[in-house]
Amino acid sequence: MKLREQLKRLGVIVGVFLIVVVTRFFLLPETWISAKPHQAAKVVREMAKPAHYAGAATCGNCHEEQYNTKVAGHHRTINCENCHGPAAAHVANKDDKDAVPPKHREREFCLNCHGFVPSRPNGFPQVDGDKHNARKKCVSCHDPHNPEPPETPTDCGGCHGRIARIKAVSTHSQLACTECHQVAPQHMLEPRSALPTKPEKREACARCHDTAATDPAASKARVDFSSHGRAFVCWECHYAHLPEGPK
Amino acid sequence: MNKRDFLKDAILFFPAAGVLQALACKAEGKELSASTTTGYDQSQHWYGMGIDVDKCIGCNRCVEACKAENNVPSEPFFFRTWIERYTIKADGEVTVEGISTKTPEQRIAEQNQPIDPSVLRTFFVPKLCNQCAHPPCVQVCPVGATFQTKDGVVLVDETRCIGCRYCIQACPYGARYLNPFTRTADKCTFCYHRITKGMLPACVEVCPTEARIFGDLKAKSDRLVRFQRRNPISVLKPDLNTEPKVRYAKLDGEVR
Repeated sequence: MKLREQLKRLGVIVGVFLIVVVTRFFLLPETWISAKPHQAAKVVREMAKPAHYAGAATCGNCHEEQYNTKVAGHHRTINCENCHGPAAAHVANKDDKDAVPPKHREREFCLNCHGFVPSRPNGFPQVDGDKHNARKKCVSCHDPHNPEPPETPTDCGGCHGRIARIKAVSTHSQLACTECHQVAPQHMLEPRSALPTKPEKREACARCHDTAATDPAASKARVDFSSHGRAFVCWECHYAHLPEGPK
Repeated sequence: MNKRDFLKDAILFFPAAGVLQALACKAEGKELSASTTTGYDQSQHWYGMGIDVDKCIGCNRCVEACKAENNVPSEPFFFRTWIERYTIKADGEVTVEGISTKTPEQRIAEQNQPIDPSVLRTFFVPKLCNQCAHPPCVQVCPVGATFQTKDGVVLVDETRCIGCRYCIQACPYGARYLNPFTRTADKCTFCYHRITKGMLPACVEVCPTEARIFGDLKAKSDRLVRFQRRNPISVLKPDLNTEPKVRYAKLDGEVR
């Protein structure tokens, strides 16, 4: 019975072949054979990730006033989240104090974009941060939501521009001119007819700079007025518009 | 139990256990692939990005936004997107400098420098994964961890990636890095979790000068399609035939 023996062996071969085929195409899961299911699962996971940036139009839903100012001004192409940072957490829960987007007030924040760099495109508004009102915060003249250039100065700096520019980079930059000078309204109309006052006595400086000064806005630079340069008035040595002297 | 019985049982038991486990896996696999099709149809989109080089001011806001959105390590040498400064001198010398590797303080300190008269032209170029239509990184991945979705975005499956770095070597644009925490390759996903919800990628969202434009190349009317029509468009390293979907407008010939 040789034929039978051959059939038996053929049967084994066919059987093994069938088992392999069935296992490969019917029993083994797709994940063992192809990368497609893993990739589909990755796409699902990727799509489920949370977004941290809420999107350009979201902020206007609550902060309507700022949003409407911004979209009408030169900063209209800038999304709120550019300056204020990712806000999705704040949108989700506006009572969460930790998630409140920051308001940047420091000069460096504005200079990041508006400082002068030759590689920036022509016409992009840039300033030299060292010379452009170095001690003032940008927001004291420019509204970041509507950054129109401020008006030409109509107060003291309009006529006394040189002094105003010197004072603007000094430690006295935040002091109003009227802190030391009394100006009658008449001076604005006919300057020579009513000249502003100038401090006459050392006490004008002592108000802020004496060690015993009680003024809440008093300076950090204190001296003892009873011993410091007693025979002189302060402005014989110190120039009040640039007290620290030229750099 | 003698040896013969034990072997007989073993021969029956192990394949049976394997079949059961395989069926369990199969059921799980089906469930995952089914949920992908809910709501969003990948085959209707083919995403791309347009970059107007003339508008980039090098403020680095896109880089910061990308890091915040995608949990990219904050060290200044891991980037999904970054900005380069090209300086071309009159004698033809080209300098490329990565400004995103610098701290904000360093960048502020470098401002207000006197103008160098030997510089012919200088400009910023934002770079990111070009989401190639023929991605070399996908070809070289030995485990199928990196792949192209039907909407044209190249993703990395961090559960499959073995961290062999072949793809990082293969990318002609240097757009990939090895994430030090997951020890897997990581790259720009066009913010896949955002664009599939109809939002813009984080870098496009924050760009103050609209130097980056995101869109769908399959759409008939789309900002990106219009952008491509109205601007002289070039891509990076066109000779490699990768067909990048990041299209640069008014790109200088020196940019590589």
